Amino acid sequence: MKEIVVISGKGGTGKTSITASFAMMGGSDVVVADCDVDAADMHLLMQPDFNFSEDFYSGEVAFVDQSNCISCGKCEDVCRFDAISVKKNLYVVDPLSCEGCGYCARVCPTKTIVNQERLAGKWFISKIKTGSIMVHARLGIGADNSGKLVAKVKNEAKEIAMEERKGFILVDGSPGIGCPVVSSLSGANFVVLVTETSVSGLHDLKRVYELVKKFNIKAGCIINKADVNPEKCSEIEQFLKENEIVHLTDLPYNENFTRAMVKGQTIVEYDHGELKELLNDGWEKIKNLVAN
Amino acid sequence: MTNPKPLKIAIASGKGGTGKTTLSTNLAAFIAEQDEVVLVDLDVEEPNSGLFFNGILTHEEDIFKMIPQWDESKCTLCGICPKVCNYHAVIQLGPTILVFPELCHSCYACSELCPVDALPMIPKKTGTLRDFQIEKLHFVESHLDIGEEQAVPLISKTKKYVARKYSHVSITIFDSPPGTSCLVMEATKDADFVILVTEPTPFGLHDLSLAVETMRALKKPFGVVVNRYGIGNDEVIHYCREENISILSKIPNKRKIAELYSSGKLMYRDFPEVKHSLSDILDYCITAVRGGIA
Ligand code: SF4
Ligand code: SF4
Ligand code: SF4
Ligand code: SF4
Repeated sequence: MKEIVVISGKGGTGKTSITASFAMMGGSDVVVADCDVDAADMHLLMQPDFNFSEDFYSGEVAFVDQSNCISCGKCEDVCRFDAISVKKNLYVVDPLSCEGCGYCARVCPTKTIVNQERLAGKWFISKIKTGSIMVHARLGIGADNSGKLVAKVKNEAKEIAMEERKGFILVDGSPGIGCPVVSSLSGANFVVLVTETSVSGLHDLKRVYELVKKFNIKAGCIINKADVNPEKCSEIEQFLKENEIVHLTDLPYNENFTRAMVKGQTIVEYDHGELKELLNDGWEKIKNLVAN
Repeated sequence: MTNPKPLKIAIASGKGGTGKTTLSTNLAAFIAEQDEVVLVDLDVEEPNSGLFFNGILTHEEDIFKMIPQWDESKCTLCGICPKVCNYHAVIQLGPTILVFPELCHSCYACSELCPVDALPMIPKKTGTLRDFQIEKLHFVESHLDIGEEQAVPLISKTKKYVARKYSHVSITIFDSPPGTSCLVMEATKDADFVILVTEPTPFGLHDLSLAVETMRALKKPFGVVVNRYGIGNDEVIHYCREENISILSKIPNKRKIAELYSSGKLMYRDFPEVKHSLSDILDYCITAVRGGIA
């Protein structure tokens, strides 16, 4: 079983549409993991049945049980996150500011502060239209540590892939360079970097590749909207060469990306011309690269 | 024009790539034609509004977060510190106390609860802040160091720097990180008004609905700007109508705009319709906050 992760540094490069197309071409042999939990969109193209769902708890949040509070103010003093304040003469915790460090509960003389588990999101296992399975999630509003939810989604996908003897796990990775993308990358056999020909595209590509290097994972790159800025495109190509990143394919600016999305379809279902061919080439190359 | 109170506008979106940065930079440059303005890039994991300006670097500083440092000579190995750290950032390994700076949330619990002051808090670099100037526009951005996991402290320190240095400037624009996580909360929580940028596509609509939920949880006044108007479908517009959300402007989809964006140029000067949109957006924000519509 091989694990392929698609990332892009920043959103809006067409990463999810491209990943969904790979999932479609890979069919029943590919378990999909949508690890972009902060803006999970893959399900909009995959017709998931939300067959299984479970709440995801991570971290804690403090709660003042008013009955024993003697208003000593110690909790407010020690909280470094300004999460405790006096409202209508009562000491209350603002759950959105609370980081769950537990310090207040430790110093409360009457032990009237309790730490509750924090509901950080929900995760799902679905049958999808490719004939396979997708693990996906939804991060709760303002939740911290999406890295843990990402890890959960990935691990579940891995288990399913093992049990059902599937050939691939395809991961729609998280944006940024923080904890969630680190969780998305760990354990991967191959990384697909999706970028576009803009100033920010190359800049984000370089930043995210620094992280990929740390993991020592083989990488390939898809340049989207390659024709929008030919000059940038050759700069990106130069960067790929210097870093021995496989140049998988170039995709032109094409509104079929959006048209397919509006229909709830992947690009390869909607487009039967150039885009489909290019994506197909890309996917075949990736499969060959991970095979050896 | 004397302003009664400085205005803080945050620009956010459910996910990246909706044109949030383009809007922030163009809006800031547009305001700077007449007034002093501050643009702050709070997308510290992937900052890049800076790419659109070639300003003069006026200030640079390292940003630190506080972490405990073990003082072996004082420690009695009482075992309290590993027990009080909810993030497993301090552990005891035989006769040694180890601190993992990336995991530390700077809550001070271990440091202050150590009975013998053997864990004093010391600063550790987490990122770099840079301040640029281009005539009337001040541009502040912070980069999170690679490998550093806590972006919230860097965001909050960057906001503090801006509040200290630019309290006299009448308009500040915050370019927020994408998503709905704690980072967005931190970036938008002191704003007077939040502009949510979206695209008229199914992804755009889905991400917008999450961003709307976030803003409602924060009880923030907000409005929507639809970028690349003309692609996709009308569902975003219907959604806003049903949910009673104001659409401040619709910026048309043009390949030319995408090209200028990709080359790192400001584009409103070349497109009267975009300039018009910016002026509408600005007017709306000012009236909403000062007139109390929102
Ligand atoms: S748990 Fe920590 S962050 Fe939350 S209220 Fe208590 S001291 Fe503040
Ligand atoms: S520390 Fe405990 S008793 Fe004191 S104000 Fe806080 S909740 Fe009340
Ligand atoms: S709490 Fe202080 S004295 Fe106790 S083990 Fe930790 S550092 Fe040592
Ligand atoms: S300051 Fe708080 S988070 Fe950091 S190591 Fe100490 S207890 Fe843990």
